[in-house]
Amino acid sequence: MSQFGLFGTDPWWLVIVKVLGIFVMLVLLTLFTIWWERRVVSRMQNRIGPNRVGPQGLLQSLMDGVKLALKEEILPKAAHRAVYWIAPVISATAAFLAFAVIPFGPTVSIFGVETPLQLTDFPVSVLYVLAIASIGVYGLVLAGWSSGSTYPLLGGLRSTAQVISYEIAMGLSFVAVFLYAGSMSTSQIVLAQEPIWFAVILLPSFLIYVTAMVGETNRAPFDLPEAEGELVGGFHTEYSSLKFALFFLAEYINMVTVSALATTLFLGGYLAPWPISLWESANTGWWPMVWWLLKVQIFIFVFIWLRGTLPRLRYDQFMKFGWKVLIPVALIWTIIVAAVRILRDQVALTNTELLIAGVVLILILLAGAWVLQGRAERREQQRDADRAARAERQLDLVPGAHPVPPMPSQTFEYTPRRSALLTTQATMKEAEDA
Amino acid sequence: MTEAVSDFNLGETIVFWVCGGLAVLGALGMIISRKAVHSALFIALTMINLAILYVANAAPFLGMVQVIVYTGAVMMLFLFVLMVVGVDSSDSLVETIKGQRFAGLLLGIGLGLLLTVGIGSALTTSGDIGLTAANDAAGGNVQGLAQLMFDDYVVAFQATAALLITAAVGAMVLAHRERWTPRKSQPELSEERFRDGGHPGNRPSPGVYARHNAVDTPALLPDGSTSLDSVPGPLRARDDVRDVDPADVDEIRELTKGVDS
Repeated sequence: MSQFGLFGTDPWWLVIVKVLGIFVMLVLLTLFTIWWERRVVSRMQNRIGPNRVGPQGLLQSLMDGVKLALKEEILPKAAHRAVYWIAPVISATAAFLAFAVIPFGPTVSIFGVETPLQLTDFPVSVLYVLAIASIGVYGLVLAGWSSGSTYPLLGGLRSTAQVISYEIAMGLSFVAVFLYAGSMSTSQIVLAQEPIWFAVILLPSFLIYVTAMVGETNRAPFDLPEAEGELVGGFHTEYSSLKFALFFLAEYINMVTVSALATTLFLGGYLAPWPISLWESANTGWWPMVWWLLKVQIFIFVFIWLRGTLPRLRYDQFMKFGWKVLIPVALIWTIIVAAVRILRDQVALTNTELLIAGVVLILILLAGAWVLQGRAERREQQRDADRAARAERQLDLVPGAHPVPPMPSQTFEYTPRRSALLTTQATMKEAEDA
Repeated sequence: MTEAVSDFNLGETIVFWVCGGLAVLGALGMIISRKAVHSALFIALTMINLAILYVANAAPFLGMVQVIVYTGAVMMLFLFVLMVVGVDSSDSLVETIKGQRFAGLLLGIGLGLLLTVGIGSALTTSGDIGLTAANDAAGGNVQGLAQLMFDDYVVAFQATAALLITAAVGAMVLAHRERWTPRKSQPELSEERFRDGGHPGNRPSPGVYARHNAVDTPALLPDGSTSLDSVPGPLRARDDVRDVDPADVDEIRELTKGVDS
């Protein structure tokens, strides 16, 4: 693994220093994010928000955390003890683990040892983040199941379905990045964005990822697993005290993790943004960590902004959006990116030829969209006509009863899929009459 | 081979014994535990430990994909189904098919033998060129796997994919149910709700203006009469509605005198 240079050569004490550093940073970032979220949302709602404890209320979330930890622990009678106990632990552990491969900066010198500002890296570290995220889901789903109560179970089911669905779109949005970076390791991907960020050249991937990351972290407007109007608190309804605190911690760390991953994959990681990058030593020493932190904070602000702005989606619309819009779009985009790569690298088309091909492709797509639009309109008209016809006929099989398949002697009400059959029957009847 | 053995360092040995032990424990627990959900959890434990062993054996891609696909998606679907089917269902130990256990034992031993012989012969007869040489030949572990899957064995790979998709589509066809009545759209549902003069908003909560807010205490309307709408239907059906103190009614009437109701 020569390409990984200094990774894996750290002395043991440096590994411990890095692990502790990441742990402390994540806990502090969680405390800060909670305060930041409450302040920003307050401002958006014409309130002031927490401003009593510490300067500007900065210590509010610390105090809330202490209070939460000292609260009474309540164990539901119907809970499955072992699983109930281990679920928040899985959630929180997975949240911390994902940060092992996030690069904060280039090589620096710590106590005289040259080392990259990253705990570790290996050829598939982006896949590692995905793997850890899928282990984290176990925490939610087990919490829902082991609480022995209805609402948590429903919340757990919802969050599983949601995270699995949006993980697919998320994974697909990575493919284009891998193709362009030629690597799945986070440090290599950052370095591959030296002249230009992937968010610019791979804009659709970036947009898909940003949408999927909100769904993945169960945040508004995709916070259906904890929709308080429907499910009380979702999977953590029955949790209290420290165990609840662990879930809370995991949620905010996950927010930071997906933001950090977005920064790494699309916004050039720790590389300085344009006007600053003109300064020669912008990408050396400890400075890059500042750019990294600023970029992550921008994503976190977007999370808060979305929460303050958008209403929650309906569950079925949300799933439809994930499966029928996000995934197909991601697939098509991946194919386009791969095709362009092959045309340029192996068929050796020039940029002009590629441009012409692109224009032709866009024209074809527009024509296709036009045809589809026409079909959709016709279908809409058909549906309206059907509805009108239905309203006229109104024949219920057994009025008010549970819908069951009709007996052979019964006629059944018209449904869209039945239209072909009805026509056939009508023709047959006509033939018989004649 | 001897060279490879001497390559083991202390860390690798510790990882092997810890993860190997946990994987075996998980496998045993999966067979022994009575609850289906516990079995699923144990098998997830085994899978994760195997993934760590893969990574330790310089197969990082395989390890990660194992966790993403098997632990993250397949086992999660299992859990999903178990949770939906029954929160407390435990397996019955009655043999439903005659001779099932004996056949299972036979097949298990057969599979074990096949695997042992297959892997054993592969290890002894194929000349191994060493991990570094194999990885370097393709320019990396992931690149090497990609070369094998999308170049050398692309037909087998695509055939497997086609098989899996056929299975998924088949399951959907088998589970498909025809709708016998049309699905009502949201506007239709909302029209239906109000067609027979439904109440457009929340009903008044019990005890509004009254001196007591128990569910069986009806709310008082501004003119002093009681609102039966505020008491839950079952209580009304049982005639379990509490009488309101006439003094309260008088007081309300006094208070709201002159107010348009």
